Amino acid sequence: MIPRHLVITAAALLVLAMGMAFYVRSMRSRASYTARGALTTQPVAAPVSGPVEQVMLYVAYDDEGILQAQGFRIPLPSGRQQRAEELLRALIGIYLDKSSPHPLPPGSDLRGVYLVDAAQMGPGFNPGLAVIDLNGAFADGHRSGVLVENLTVASLVRTLTANIDGITRVKILIDGQPRQTLAGHADLSGFIDVSAMNQMAAELANP
Amino acid sequence: MLWSKARAPNGLHSYWKRIATVRRADLVVPLSCVLLLAAAGPPGLSHISIYSTLANYTLPVMEKNGQSYVGLLELLDPLGTVTVKVDGNHWKLRYNATDVEFTAGKTRVKMKSGDFDLPANFLLENDRGLVPLSALAALLPRILGGPVTFREASRRLFIGNTGIHFTAQVVSANPARLVMNFSSSVSPSIRQEGNNLRLIFEHDPLMPPGSPLLTFGNTAIPSATYREENGNAEISIAGTLPLFASFSNERRTITITTTPEAAPLSAPSPPTSGIMHAAVGRRFLVAVNASHGGSERGAALTDQIAEKDVTLAFAVALRRELEARGVNTLMVRDGDTNLSVDQRASITNSAHAAIYICLHAAGPGGGVRLYTALLPPGGGNHGSFVDWNTAQTPYLSGSRAAANRIAFELRKDQIAARTLPADLQPLNNVTMPAIAVEVAPPNNMNELLSPIYQRAVAASLADGIVAVRAGEEASK
Repeated sequence: MIPRHLVITAAALLVLAMGMAFYVRSMRSRASYTARGALTTQPVAAPVSGPVEQVMLYVAYDDEGILQAQGFRIPLPSGRQQRAEELLRALIGIYLDKSSPHPLPPGSDLRGVYLVDAAQMGPGFNPGLAVIDLNGAFADGHRSGVLVENLTVASLVRTLTANIDGITRVKILIDGQPRQTLAGHADLSGFIDVSAMNQMAAELANP
Repeated sequence: MLWSKARAPNGLHSYWKRIATVRRADLVVPLSCVLLLAAAGPPGLSHISIYSTLANYTLPVMEKNGQSYVGLLELLDPLGTVTVKVDGNHWKLRYNATDVEFTAGKTRVKMKSGDFDLPANFLLENDRGLVPLSALAALLPRILGGPVTFREASRRLFIGNTGIHFTAQVVSANPARLVMNFSSSVSPSIRQEGNNLRLIFEHDPLMPPGSPLLTFGNTAIPSATYREENGNAEISIAGTLPLFASFSNERRTITITTTPEAAPLSAPSPPTSGIMHAAVGRRFLVAVNASHGGSERGAALTDQIAEKDVTLAFAVALRRELEARGVNTLMVRDGDTNLSVDQRASITNSAHAAIYICLHAAGPGGGVRLYTALLPPGGGNHGSFVDWNTAQTPYLSGSRAAANRIAFELRKDQIAARTLPADLQPLNNVTMPAIAVEVAPPNNMNELLSPIYQRAVAASLADGIVAVRAGEEASK
């Protein structure tokens, strides 16, 4: 005959073990949910401090094949280079949204914008160069086509130059390296002349 | 004191571009300026052609004191690492590990392997060292350490074993068919003068045949003559009927045929195999480039269909439509071949086509988009040297006019058309009106693959090109 107190103790331990098993399982599923969240391909915007400002972003619309200037209010830091980066991050954010008019591949991000001035390069250097460094996911997964690629390039360059003064040439790098084309068409091998790009953006404004 | 340093480039264009950006030293006129001054000379300047395994290039030849001279640094620069030090009258050159010292106004050349004399004085002009052409055959083997063949009369310099040999044989009498086989790929420019066809080899190290006059015993193509002059080689084929040239076997074979009376120029021809087909019979030649090709697939239009296949289908359809309208075409790509954008521009420029049409295909997006080059305003070329990256500049207004004319014809046929500038290679490198055409289906991808849609678009494009030709003839 098993003593009554031992039976009660065993039953309590069994209930406790089952409770622990349930708790562990719920903790595991929560951890896995958190991990999935951490792997999301949406870029995480750097914390920005600064006043909210009205800026003009040039947004591409694939269906109509146009580039449209649109006003947005975004917080911008005071530094010229940081402002350039936040502008392009805001633009890329629009394209990564589910309702994007010009979808970019998941994981597309800006690595940095570098504004190169004569003071940095020494006398004789032609100032006004901006270098846009995009990540590999941006170019590797970009849709291929003359119009769709040129819309992307025009959108980036026009947005940058419309809001940051003094840029005359732009160079686009992918993962810090020069690349021949964005996705087989738009030429990234050389420097993009801003005045020529403005002309293209103006023509892209009309369907 | 000036040190100029350079490393071997990949080609002539990068060579000139790089030469033009050689860093300047204090109080010394830089080499680039001197070259630009030389480049700004009159057209038809005599030059020397240099052929090597690293690069084929031409350099200007200057007449000084009754002698022909060439810049030694420019000559050696594409072949290895060259540095130059100017010290008073002494011009010290180091090519790879070989040191050579020249003295301005003297014939004596000092080298470790032994001094020797040039046939005429060494000249130093703005720190640029000039050697007489007649010295090259003796001087260069000492510097380069290898064999050099210099055909001085025609100013053609072969470094190492780089010559291309050829054979020519009439293989069929009626219609006459002359087949010319070359030991390597060639890219001659082709000119028609009456019934004669001239193949001008500006960049190919073509070697002369045993006899300059080749006779074939054929009434339609009786003979061909080889000659070389001012850095170029030329084969002139005599014909009693208009002659057509086509390239095959990766541009190692050129086939010359006559135009039989039963097969007029306007008859559509079947698709040919090979890398390029040139029909040279009239002045207005259209270069049709099916973009992408080989391992470069272009856009994935569906899971199975690559852009390269659709562009080729459109190119073949366009050629048929053009030839049906009596317009000669040059297919830059008519097989599944890898060609770089620079090669495409070179082939087109060498053929001296009247217009360049590059075909692209895209997903649904409505109709046809016609692109012209995106070039900075005011950009252009200086002197007689053409900047590869802005070679299109003088032709851009013609390109835009042609794009508008073709768009007009497309709209007339109820095909939506839009003209735009685009940053798209090789439009900037083409030395004639150049348009890229991106064809998109109006509704779904099946339309793009439909031969009916392809034919309709090709026919409208051909109508537009014919209208461009008519406009050009009217303006003349």
